[in-house]
Amino acid sequence: MNPYRRHPVIQIATVLVYIFLYAPIVVLILYSFNASRTNVTFEGFIPRVSERVEMKGSLVQAAPCGAFHWFCELSKNDDVIEAAGNTLTIAFASTFVSVIIGTMAALALQRYEFKLKPFSQLSLYIPIVIPEIVMGIGILTLFSQLFGLLNGALGLTGDSRLSLGLGTVIVSHIAFSVPFVTLVVQARLQGFDKSYEEAAMDLGANEWTTFRRVTFPMILPGILSGGLLAFTLSLDDFVITFFTNGPGSTTLPIYVYGLLRKIITPQVNALSTVWVLTVFIAVLLLQMLQSREQKQH
Amino acid sequence: MASEFAVELRDVVKKFITPEGNELNAVDHVTMQIKNGEFFSMLGSSGCGKTTSLRMIAGFEWPTEGEVYIEGKPMGHTPPFQRKVNTVFQSYALFQHMTVFQNIAFGLEMEGADKNEIEKRVKRALEMVQLTGMERRKPKQLSGGQQQRVAVARALVKVPDVLLLDEPLGALDLKLRKEMQLELKALQQQLGITFVYVTHDQEEAMTMSDRIAVMSKGKVQQMGTPVEIYERPANRFVADFIGESNFLEGTIKSLSKEEAVVFVPQLNAELTGIPVSDGLVNGEEVTVSIRPEKVHISDKVLDVNSFTGRVTNTVYIGTDTHVFVDLMGKQIKVFEQNRISRLDPGSFYSIGQEVILVMWPDNVLVLKKG
Ligand SMILES: Nc1ncnc2c1ncn2[C@@H]1O[C@H](COP(=O)(O)OP(=O)(O)OP(=O)(O)O)[C@@H](O)[C@H]1O
Ligand SMILES: [Mg+2]
Repeated sequence: MNPYRRHPVIQIATVLVYIFLYAPIVVLILYSFNASRTNVTFEGFIPRVSERVEMKGSLVQAAPCGAFHWFCELSKNDDVIEAAGNTLTIAFASTFVSVIIGTMAALALQRYEFKLKPFSQLSLYIPIVIPEIVMGIGILTLFSQLFGLLNGALGLTGDSRLSLGLGTVIVSHIAFSVPFVTLVVQARLQGFDKSYEEAAMDLGANEWTTFRRVTFPMILPGILSGGLLAFTLSLDDFVITFFTNGPGSTTLPIYVYGLLRKIITPQVNALSTVWVLTVFIAVLLLQMLQSREQKQH
Repeated sequence: MASEFAVELRDVVKKFITPEGNELNAVDHVTMQIKNGEFFSMLGSSGCGKTTSLRMIAGFEWPTEGEVYIEGKPMGHTPPFQRKVNTVFQSYALFQHMTVFQNIAFGLEMEGADKNEIEKRVKRALEMVQLTGMERRKPKQLSGGQQQRVAVARALVKVPDVLLLDEPLGALDLKLRKEMQLELKALQQQLGITFVYVTHDQEEAMTMSDRIAVMSKGKVQQMGTPVEIYERPANRFVADFIGESNFLEGTIKSLSKEEAVVFVPQLNAELTGIPVSDGLVNGEEVTVSIRPEKVHISDKVLDVNSFTGRVTNTVYIGTDTHVFVDLMGKQIKVFEQNRISRLDPGSFYSIGQEVILVMWPDNVLVLKKG
């Protein structure tokens, strides 16, 4: 028996930590069922079916969704759907690319000696430590200068002009994700003995087969955690996206921020609830996958 | 088989640049000829270049100078996966994400063997190392000795011309190591595959090898059978490294075709009738060496090479008693076998006792200096 386990101070501390971490989320979810559309105070769960509620200035029959009223509203909101789509597109695309670049960078830094290696290693930390807003402005400046030049040089006008949009957001997300992926994969490679690769080659595998059959499966957990990190970073990035998005490339964080500046309806909460639940389920699935993997080992 | 030699190293040099920026000859003009079907060992202390030599045969490193030949063919920059040699790594390097079966099958898959054949050969390999029934386990679920066997099976299933083993038993406990030594040796004899074995354990090398290359500082000091290396060490390093030796400095006083008389100033005496090899000259300064178990303790002065000394210490180690004798200020070590029964061997020689040491001429070796 662990003698510290039952100490009351530790138990209280544990409970407090949980409250601190999860109370905001519980409140957030609760408010997504709020009857009040201003969402300042909680006024009970949404309209019992027969009730009439005021909506967009006129009295309407409460939605057939019952307590899930705001979720129904949400599903009818094209802007939200588009923003969610953009967010996922950006997250998947930037994760995919940054995982490839980051893994290659980590492998190169591990196995090759070159003059600028210390600099390359150091440069990984720069995007992580500099304020996001600085990076955002930097990327924006870069894009606008570059696009200005290119548009001028190629004589592009009107719709064919290069401008901010989904592409620029993806590129900027790749830029800030790559260092994270690289560092995570590097950590995994630390314990990777090169004799595994030598053994594979010794048994007749060429370089590519060795990578595919031995190196890659062995560092896969590192690549996956790097990818997960990149994915979540991309999902909730606000600052850099704020600078690099353009018409039609609004992401959820940007959209929510836009809503907040007008009125806060429980729709925002409903959106957040969906978001939290999705992430929660994803993490749960991942955990299950990992523990199954571990049991096999 | 095309060539008499399975592996040949001709004047091979391997230079490394150390992290401090110095140039290091990890392997320094090494020439070795390893015969087909031979159990060949490279023996030497840490850092003498054993692993580097082995890695050049496997193809993980390329010689800076010289050439490695396998079955008579110069290897040049041939990559490891195109050489008909396989390696058992010191750390085993078993693929952790694969089962025992998959590990052993890996090399066969690379050859493009079909499923039935793979299954048959893996099964046979597992029988050979007595691991039948362990196919589905992951390496982590095996003991050290079992992992070692998987590593051997994985390499041998490819039926290589040469099997390279880099201290394969280093991680095992003494008892298991001795068992595995005999098993590996038996396996080698049964299969007739050339084994090149790296170890820093002289007993291991002696037990298993047909021939041994004793290495030091990147150079081969001597190459020969265990008996040759023990009984006729080529120089002081080998005499000191393999087993134990007493060394005395002297000069050759007279020389005939077969015998020499060496004057040893330390003892102010001559050692006579010592068998010699070629290349010695009269008046040359030499080192004389004699194994502790070959120094004889006598109760009376004989007419050859007898010296009176005083016992300074005795150590009882079961099979032997180690007796340390002071001969005019020079400490001589003597191993006496405990053939006597019941008697307390510790009381056999008492400290301070006077004894007579006899060094039979045939047991004394003359080693060239430098
Ligand atoms: N990649 C390398 N870069 C620089 N020096 C190296 C490299 N590999 C080996 N060396 C050096 O070469 C020398 C010989 O190394 P090697 O590994 O062959 O020794 P060894 O005889 O196998 O020793 P041990 O018994 O400790 O394994 C050592 O001094 C080692 O530090
Ligand atoms: Mg070594």
